[in-house]
Amino acid sequence: MVKCKSILKWFFIALVLLFIYFPIIFLTINSFNESNMIQSGWKGFSLEHYKYFFSFDNEPLRVVLQTLALAFVVAALSTLLGTVGAIGLFYSKKRINRTLSAINQIPVINAEVVTAISFALFVSFFGFDKNTFLPLIIGQMIICTPFVVLSIIPKLKQMDNNLYEAALDLGASPTKALFSVIIPQILPGIIAGFLLSVTLSLDDYVVAVYTKPDSFETISTHIYSLDSKGNYFGPRIKAAYWAFTAIIFLIIIISVIAVNIYATHKARSKKK
Amino acid sequence: MTKKKAPPRFSRKLLAIPYGLFLGIFVVIPLLIIIYYAFTNDEGRFTMEYVKVFFNEDGEGFWAFFKSYNFKTIMQSLFISVMSTIVCLLIAYPVAYIIAKSKLKNKSALLLLFIVPMWVNFVLRINALKELLVWIGIFNKSNGWNIFNTILGMVYDFLPFMILPIYTTLIKIDNSYLEAARDLGATGARAFVKVTLPLSKAGIMSGVSMVFLPSMTNYVVSNYLTYRNVKIIGKLIDDYFTGDLWHDGSFIALVLLTFMFLVTWLTGGFKASDQNDTRGTSLW
Repeated sequence: MVKCKSILKWFFIALVLLFIYFPIIFLTINSFNESNMIQSGWKGFSLEHYKYFFSFDNEPLRVVLQTLALAFVVAALSTLLGTVGAIGLFYSKKRINRTLSAINQIPVINAEVVTAISFALFVSFFGFDKNTFLPLIIGQMIICTPFVVLSIIPKLKQMDNNLYEAALDLGASPTKALFSVIIPQILPGIIAGFLLSVTLSLDDYVVAVYTKPDSFETISTHIYSLDSKGNYFGPRIKAAYWAFTAIIFLIIIISVIAVNIYATHKARSKKK
Repeated sequence: MTKKKAPPRFSRKLLAIPYGLFLGIFVVIPLLIIIYYAFTNDEGRFTMEYVKVFFNEDGEGFWAFFKSYNFKTIMQSLFISVMSTIVCLLIAYPVAYIIAKSKLKNKSALLLLFIVPMWVNFVLRINALKELLVWIGIFNKSNGWNIFNTILGMVYDFLPFMILPIYTTLIKIDNSYLEAARDLGATGARAFVKVTLPLSKAGIMSGVSMVFLPSMTNYVVSNYLTYRNVKIIGKLIDDYFTGDLWHDGSFIALVLLTFMFLVTWLTGGFKASDQNDTRGTSLW
């Protein structure tokens, strides 16, 4: 009975994992299919989609690289602003702290489409030029920075405040104390906020589509635009993204295995 | 001593200024602009016209609203997001529970398997799901299938957001509570209902808020998986804006905004402090 129950449990887990991974695996298999139309079935093994993807003459690789570049710029700026903001917020008076924390929650809970549209209205209201990339970068920062703040605040709460005071008493300047006492202690939160910002920026569709320059595409907006009915080259380019998905999938599998090995290794060395 | 301490405290507070300005200019002002557009016409004069258009789209009288296109879209959207939330919860709770209660050494590694698909761009993931649906032959087959596919897509996209907060609360539950319940004679099921479930409520609430609201507005999923045949509230807003009907769009955005604030306020989402480890920031 107990064994039966436990089998059922793991069967359920396996089923959910299958649901999560099957579409990606299906796409990975098809990335080696010569055909770029899945309806037409398996037409033989080919690396054509990979060749297409890895050529600079074609759009996908350029789009991937510029999306990554954008994500890093947005994440770096958000992390800087969010870190400074979180420290400032944490030491502010209660009323200011409460107000700013509440406003900080707005982009987190608000529907992305509302955030995007309100900012797009703002951009056109004041006549900012989308071609400067500033609306795109700031728009994505609106989404990312609150999460940076949210991942740093708990670290500030855990921090021993006496250390900062001690540093000052021992003659450190406030700036020096900030960089050598506070920053190291909240570093895990800063890193978490940065990584989260990268993922949020990479994933973003709605803000990008409303604020990007017309000629600029991110991965999300590009794939989405390929889906429209009249796009003749759509299937060809989309198949190249299957190859890209497969590569990301491979990277994910490797990193999960690496984390697993690292964790077991750590557990073992602890036992010793 | 105290005199010496005052200046550095002051300087740390000053650090809040740039972010405060950023929030004020880029978050608060845009929301005010939405309110401005919702209640003014093209000449910039105050008007209730767009409120009327929203409520009486197809005819006169209050009841006409309930037959209008907007109302149908909102109802359909609510149905999709309620179903997506329920399905997510029914899948996520057992998954989180099984992992949290398992005797595995690397629980977090197993949990990671459920979370890492989030690292694939979500449009790519939805694209993968679409190709699969095309292959199975249920893509854009009928209206019923389109609704089903939309819900499937929402669940596929948002499941990790439900698993993570529930797992975080379950793993924190002190086992001695359960042991105490059992010692006092509760059956396993009763102990679960009386102890585990109430203690994991915060995680459920957080997960629900992260699935329910986005699945009403994430129109990329519904568009992509149905050839734009299923409309949800997010798409409604998008349609108005791409059709240059900014005032109508702003009013609906305002309605949605109010709804979100109500839901968040009711579920206590404004307390930033309990959000941080359930909102996915603990992922890293």
